[in-house]
Amino acid sequence: MRIKNHPILEDLKNRKKVYITVDGRKVEAYEGEPIAAAMCAAGIRVHRTTPRHNEPRGIFCNRGRCTDCIMKVDGKPNIRTCVTLVKNGMKVESIRGMGDWSE
Amino acid sequence: MKSKVSNKSNAGIITLGEFKKIPGYPEEDDFSKGPIAVIECDQDIPCNPCEEICKYGAIKVGKPITNLPVLDAEKCRGCLKCITICPGLCIFVVYRDYTDKTSLIYIPYEFSPLPEKNTYVDVLNRRGEKICKGSIRKVIKLAGSNKTFVIGMEIPKKFYNTARHFEF
Amino acid sequence: MSDFVIIGAGPAGISAANESARYGVKVTLIDENNLPGGQLFTQTHKFFGSREHRAGVRGFQIGYDLIEEINKLNVDVLLDTIVYGISADMEVKYVTEGSSAKSITAGNILISTGALEKPVVFKGWTKPGVMGAGAAQTMMNVHRVLPGRKVLMVGSGNVGLIVAYQLKQAGADVVGIIEAMPSIGGYKVHASKIRRIGIPILTSCTIKEAKGSPQVSSAVIVGVDKNLREISGTEDEIKCDLVCIAAGLKPFDELCWLLNLEFKYINELGGFVPVHNDDLETSMKNIYIAGDAAGVEEASTAMEEGRLVGVAVAQKLEYLSDRQAEKLKGKINDRLKYLRLGSFGKKRAEGKKKLTSISK
Repeated sequence: MRIKNHPILEDLKNRKKVYITVDGRKVEAYEGEPIAAAMCAAGIRVHRTTPRHNEPRGIFCNRGRCTDCIMKVDGKPNIRTCVTLVKNGMKVESIRGMGDWSE
Repeated sequence: MKSKVSNKSNAGIITLGEFKKIPGYPEEDDFSKGPIAVIECDQDIPCNPCEEICKYGAIKVGKPITNLPVLDAEKCRGCLKCITICPGLCIFVVYRDYTDKTSLIYIPYEFSPLPEKNTYVDVLNRRGEKICKGSIRKVIKLAGSNKTFVIGMEIPKKFYNTARHFEF
Repeated sequence: MSDFVIIGAGPAGISAANESARYGVKVTLIDENNLPGGQLFTQTHKFFGSREHRAGVRGFQIGYDLIEEINKLNVDVLLDTIVYGISADMEVKYVTEGSSAKSITAGNILISTGALEKPVVFKGWTKPGVMGAGAAQTMMNVHRVLPGRKVLMVGSGNVGLIVAYQLKQAGADVVGIIEAMPSIGGYKVHASKIRRIGIPILTSCTIKEAKGSPQVSSAVIVGVDKNLREISGTEDEIKCDLVCIAAGLKPFDELCWLLNLEFKYINELGGFVPVHNDDLETSMKNIYIAGDAAGVEEASTAMEEGRLVGVAVAQKLEYLSDRQAEKLKGKINDRLKYLRLGSFGKKRAEGKKKLTSISK
């Protein structure tokens, strides 16, 4: 959910709307925000699953340290979605384990 | 959140016994003068903007800045400025004898939306419990208040020492 | 070649850059993010302190002011840039997003890389929907996305109290704050703000499990005794879609570990901290440390520490006379001293004393 009418912070203005796809689903995003923020706004919380037990993982540290939120972005696996900014048409896919380089 | 876990700590609550020890809390007689600041600050936090903003010299912190603010009830005019500068949002202005039957409590407010004037609200005490009904009488944006609004709520007089927030 | 390379453009790093560049030092300021300011931009609350500490001003506003100041000075700012190592001969190695690795030789280096949140481990803590309180704060205050609708906050230090309040400001329902210790960790004024808006704080209570599949839909909390042992039969299941962990911070000093600097474990400062002297110079000559990386404190102390290093470097490079520099340092140290007074600040002051006394 996007926050509107914050009592302290001004609304973010002049942000350009773009679209990315997350596992094939079209997701609205704003230029300048990380992939994880767009996913969170769309209510998508599972970013990947673990290699052995296939357990779900999502955002944990939100500053590029823990790597819990890594996904495959435009064919490249293990991208930290909390610090990687969206680009229009970006293809984001959840991964199991370390992911792979195949399209 | 209802829970079986007991909560005896009074975390964040100033009890009646503690009021008397706080130098920012007015004496009972002081409330008869008109609106007066009630400074609910009882920890030695390094902080003194309340002292600096008061142009009547009614709040004294001095040095070191971990001293508790001391209210000089004689000098306080209830001008509301200190409410908005306090980073702990712990200053209120209480006008006990607003009318025969009601008091007016000014509180800091940092939520949206703002209440409209004359809204009928549930009045909350320091524990967030509904204690009575009240009416919003003032919605004030002071110059330099940096997004902290002051809301004046009219409440039954007997709650002037307990009413500290509202819900609508 | 740069007189002074600063790694980390948070409150400490920017303050050091401003303070040294003002006297003529040639500064290179590096940050891995696309904006300088660090955690200041997550902080929507007013700061404590006095006028010289910017009391009453909100954290993000101080962030904008620092950036404005830096833009007026001749500082080389490298953003989207990760420093991956420092060699013994003061070569700072870095990679800027989208380009190949580079390096710059530094006369002096400041490591102001901040802190990381400490996790709490319980059943289900890895599920989506469990995150750091700072993580949630960034999501709502920087990205303007609500990280959860019903939130349980674990930990009642100032971070837990402040973030719970800010979640409420952003429109979330905070179901409660739990604290394992018998009393709250943070300022009472922050707790009062929380209580009067109706958010309960349960002390001697901890989280046992985060439940839900694939993401959090409830949490099991449990009472604990004085020795933090669970009291069976006091379990309660609470509906929530976000569990925030506010269990404190630890200095983030990977570069210092790589340099094999001398460390000391100081509990009051969040864990292992690089040993440093009064000028914040570490066990390796010409390498300085400031802010949370030099022991977890607050943004206001981080800014003062940054300024102190800025002056020390300007003095060393003879942009300031010893007399001028000592006078400036005296003023900064006075302000720092005030921020470390009182029952909360005193503990940090003692921790700092333990650190600096070793290096003498």
